[in-house]
Amino acid sequence: MNTLKFSIVSIVVGAAVYFCGRLIGIGYVFFAGYTILQFIALSSAWNILGGYCGYVNFGSAAFFALGAYTTVFFYKFHPLPIPLLIMIAAVVSGIVGFGMGYLTLRLRGAFFAIATLAMAVVLQTLVVNWDYVGGSRGAYIVRTETVEIAGFSIEYIQYLFLLMMAVAIIAIVISRAIGRTQLGFGFATIRDDELAAEASGVPTLRLKLIATTISGALMGMAGAPFPYYIGYLQPASAFALDYGVNSIAMPIIGGTTSWVGPLVGAILLGSLQQLATVTISSAVNLLIVGLLLVFFVVVAPNGLVGLVQEHVRAWRKK
Amino acid sequence: MSALLHVSNISKRFGGFVALDGIELEVQPGERLGLIGPNGSGKSTLVNCISGTLQNEDGQVHFDGAPMNGLAAHERTHRGLARTFQLPRPFHSLSLADNIRVPMLYTVHKRSGPLHADTVDARCVELLRLVGLDSKARQMPRDLTQVEMRKLELARAVAAEPKLLIADESMAGLSHSEIEDILVLLIQLNERGITIILIEHIMSAVMKFSQRLAVLVSGKKIADGKPEDVVRNPEVVRAYLGQ
Repeated sequence: MNTLKFSIVSIVVGAAVYFCGRLIGIGYVFFAGYTILQFIALSSAWNILGGYCGYVNFGSAAFFALGAYTTVFFYKFHPLPIPLLIMIAAVVSGIVGFGMGYLTLRLRGAFFAIATLAMAVVLQTLVVNWDYVGGSRGAYIVRTETVEIAGFSIEYIQYLFLLMMAVAIIAIVISRAIGRTQLGFGFATIRDDELAAEASGVPTLRLKLIATTISGALMGMAGAPFPYYIGYLQPASAFALDYGVNSIAMPIIGGTTSWVGPLVGAILLGSLQQLATVTISSAVNLLIVGLLLVFFVVVAPNGLVGLVQEHVRAWRKK
Repeated sequence: MSALLHVSNISKRFGGFVALDGIELEVQPGERLGLIGPNGSGKSTLVNCISGTLQNEDGQVHFDGAPMNGLAAHERTHRGLARTFQLPRPFHSLSLADNIRVPMLYTVHKRSGPLHADTVDARCVELLRLVGLDSKARQMPRDLTQVEMRKLELARAVAAEPKLLIADESMAGLSHSEIEDILVLLIQLNERGITIILIEHIMSAVMKFSQRLAVLVSGKKIADGKPEDVVRNPEVVRAYLGQ
């Protein structure tokens, strides 16, 4: 299936999910669904650098927060429609992703991961000390109850759900498209062996910069509507550990070598977390992530998708 | 005839250790050069400096008439300089056919313009057939034996359509018959017009393969000439052959 057909199918599936949500008729479905979609976007974005290229980025929360604080900045400076803010956040986070890549991509493994973590700490410190966007006090975002789209009035949470659905679809389509092109082959060679990739003519540094830019831009897009979702944004919530941990855990649990893994991981883990939030407590969310992560790293290091692929391969050999 | 590769006075240090000390080397188009030397003599460092994996501190590398200093490894590959590694480094997550596809997508595309997907597929099959791996095109590198891994490494290097191929210990750890296989393959590649530098410890193979032999010891070139003359050179005998 080519990218255009896949995009159309994704939009149809997205629309079907939205209308199913409307049929259920409970507002919380959209509230929880938004979070799951946000994690689909974040984990697909993380996977472009972490899964395809093998560069583990612990700074996902920083890119997410960049998107969120771009919205806060414009909310105070000159309020803009959220779709436009999502695009601006993509540009801002993409530029920061490029810069981060330029500064850190000569590092590998744990050193690269630590550098991305350090970048998140630096950005959080800057935001905490930037009064205009609320500093450590945080910033309130006032939103209306409903919004008019093409003459139809819908609840604001549904509007945000639709926007996040669009961001998630964009992230999935880009992630899938990359995996099937020359760029995807290049990323795979970087993950497997950078020296051999260079010797085969792959411009590894350029490709890694492309990966950090795309990955950063998509994470920023996922963060842009967040202030409207949460209503009050403070550094602790925008730079929360959840985003960094989940955007790594979800692709690892789903499988990092294709676009399907992050999608499966995000749906599985995101749904479990939402279920735990309403039945037990939101405090157990990270515990669930930690336990599942340990389980999958031991039992299925290639994730659920890898596990299925291995079974299919074994079945075919029979 | 002007040299395809001209290495002039290159040096490389790692801290206080001098790995290469003023190496001069020329390789003519179509030539088969053997490069030998004991462990730690600087052979792999020289290959790394020529191929761009390492940057030399002094001296110049000219390839096909153009200076190569400062160019990244992939840029040198684009210009027609390919190499294999001492330990095979396949792309483990890609099938054999896709391993071959990578240099075609990134090097031949760059040099000769976009290739049609069918052309790339046909060329992959052709190269895998050349090294006897066409029946395993869809398999993963982990399914290969040591000699097959070496062949894949060579096929991947050749897929970049190089003018010069540097084969770094392509026969290490292989049995006698497997060494013969690789030797035949290298000579076939040379007959197709690819200039080859072979770095090897297995002297019988080097002697069969090489039209010229260069010897490195402690980062210096101590001999360069016809193989039969070089192996009789007293300095070489003392330093390398242990006789």
